[in-house]
Amino acid sequence: MNVIRSLPSRQLFWPVVTLVALFVLNVAVSPSFLAVRVRDGHLFGSLIDILRNGAPIILVALGMTLVIATRGIDLSVGAVVAISGALACTIIADSSDPNGLGTVLAACAVALVFSLVLGAWNGLLVAVFGIQPIIATLILMTAGRGIAMLITEGQIITISSAPYKTIGAGYWFGLPASIIIAAVMFALAALLTRKTALGLLIEAVGINPEASRLAGVRARSIIWTVYVFSALCAAIAGLIISSNVTAADANRAGLWIEMDAILAVVIGGTSLAGGRYSLTGTLIGAFIIQTLTTTVYTIGIAAEITLVFKALVVIAVCLLQSPVVRERMHARRPTITRKVAAS
Amino acid sequence: MTSTPAPVISVRGRFSRFIPTSRYTSVLATLVLLVIMFGVGASRYRGFASGQVVLNLFVDNAFLIVLAVGMTFVILTGGIDLSVGSVVALSTMIAASLTRDGWNPAAVILIVLVVGSTLGLLTGLVIHYFQIQPFIATLATMFLARGLCYVISLDSISITDPWFTAMAQSRIPLAPGLTISPSVIIAVLVVIIGFVVLHFTRTGRTVYAIGGSGQSAMLMGLPVSRTKVLVYVISGFCSAIAGVLFTFYTLSGYSLTAVGMELDAIAAVVIGGTLLTGGYGFVLGSLLGVLVLGIIQTIISFEGTLSSWWTKIVIGALLLVFIVLQRLLTARRR
Repeated sequence: MNVIRSLPSRQLFWPVVTLVALFVLNVAVSPSFLAVRVRDGHLFGSLIDILRNGAPIILVALGMTLVIATRGIDLSVGAVVAISGALACTIIADSSDPNGLGTVLAACAVALVFSLVLGAWNGLLVAVFGIQPIIATLILMTAGRGIAMLITEGQIITISSAPYKTIGAGYWFGLPASIIIAAVMFALAALLTRKTALGLLIEAVGINPEASRLAGVRARSIIWTVYVFSALCAAIAGLIISSNVTAADANRAGLWIEMDAILAVVIGGTSLAGGRYSLTGTLIGAFIIQTLTTTVYTIGIAAEITLVFKALVVIAVCLLQSPVVRERMHARRPTITRKVAAS
Repeated sequence: MTSTPAPVISVRGRFSRFIPTSRYTSVLATLVLLVIMFGVGASRYRGFASGQVVLNLFVDNAFLIVLAVGMTFVILTGGIDLSVGSVVALSTMIAASLTRDGWNPAAVILIVLVVGSTLGLLTGLVIHYFQIQPFIATLATMFLARGLCYVISLDSISITDPWFTAMAQSRIPLAPGLTISPSVIIAVLVVIIGFVVLHFTRTGRTVYAIGGSGQSAMLMGLPVSRTKVLVYVISGFCSAIAGVLFTFYTLSGYSLTAVGMELDAIAAVVIGGTLLTGGYGFVLGSLLGVLVLGIIQTIISFEGTLSSWWTKIVIGALLLVFIVLQRLLTARRR
């Protein structure tokens, strides 16, 4: 009884309900939605599509969760997506052996290492210069697309490289390779932050940077780490996106993915005010967004109109999370703190 | 602030006399930058130092000037409005689709302005009454406005209305060989109104007070709630005007137009010396900021061999410089 009554206040309750509701809606519209077939030894079906197309959002949202947990935000992920795709595709296109595994690995390595530099740059601005995260990352968001276009010289670079195509469109063990990559990164992040003290330190920095510094937490290194990790995740997402279409488009790749990622994080119950975060919540949030996109397709509405639905979801979720509504819902609690917070 | 009384002669006092610590520092820096960039352009390219090149800065950026004025109000209160680019796109779509259906231009413009202001009002109400961060609330408006564009039409709609084409093509002569477009007059009017409202009205003072400290402003009995909502209405209204000016410029409505224009507006305001934490800044600074962005584009087009993506990189670099400058200035004030 108690368990049932306490369910709605659990952190992940509403996100899971939303996801299930979306699934139910999809099944109602097209009954074959949940069906997963095996064709050529690979798994096929709408659910698998959601997994595959959702991988970039999951990756970017994963990095974003840790950044937001430190009370920051990373607007530059879309630009990093474009840069890493542009870099990898340009290297492969310029090489003499585009189909060689070595070439592809080298190209990916260069893209990922460069993303570490970009992440370190964001971290430098936030942790050392003390610039507000939204502004600091705005710089790379603006300049980043320019850098990506500089790399591709304004062209859309198309490549034909079988090993590179595997990253975004291929299959390993019957599952889409992209989702396996995303799962590995997710497991890595979960292990590092939940099985070591790192997660605790990140939350401490998010709740009160000054207090955590006085308590001996190396806040600077922590902030630096999360921005580098966020850029790395974005770069992997960039490889997946460009590999899926075997082309690097500096203008359109990763456009608005930062918004999707922030949305996924917020839906997953991580507070934008920093502190508590939930990686599982982010995962569910990313699936909700991807399912929403797929749903809009299945129902037969033009894909672009998804933006309207996303907007409505953001508004609904934000209103549910807002301090005012929370107070109303937990009216039994003493409300002394509210007056202080509101003023 | 740190206005040291005259008789106190300390090393710091003597030193700071040579470093301009006044609130005009960042704006002056922008002005100097603008003059230097113009000088560089004039010395490098033949035909750069002409009156028409300067006037074209206004002609080509009239919509951005209007956007920057609205954004200045929002940023002065310590907020941010990410929805302006989408609202511009929505305005062009509404204007294009309604004129296609044969509506009267005056009615069309009225509707566009009402829609822009209403979106701003809704955003402001959500931000204020639900205490949602401006960044997230305006993000939602951004999605919503962009989505509504697609609801109107997925394709670009061209505008053939005679009045709109007249506004797009007419040029007002200022002197022999020097002309401006009607949009420039509207943009300049918006700047003047913005300037007067910010510096000579109660509302303007309240805007500054909220940016300085919302808590103190409330304790002083200023109408904080109303003003906080009002700035988003102003920003929405300015975005709608900018959208109308943009249709004069492009004579079409397109859903994907003005992507990233919010970043240009924010960049212009920041380069113009407005503090992103709120409380300090000037509308005229934002105007200078827009002109700096415009002159970067002019130099790049005069250079010819440089590609357009350099614009983004240079704007990013300038943003960095000005934000670090702001950081140093505020650090000293404390």
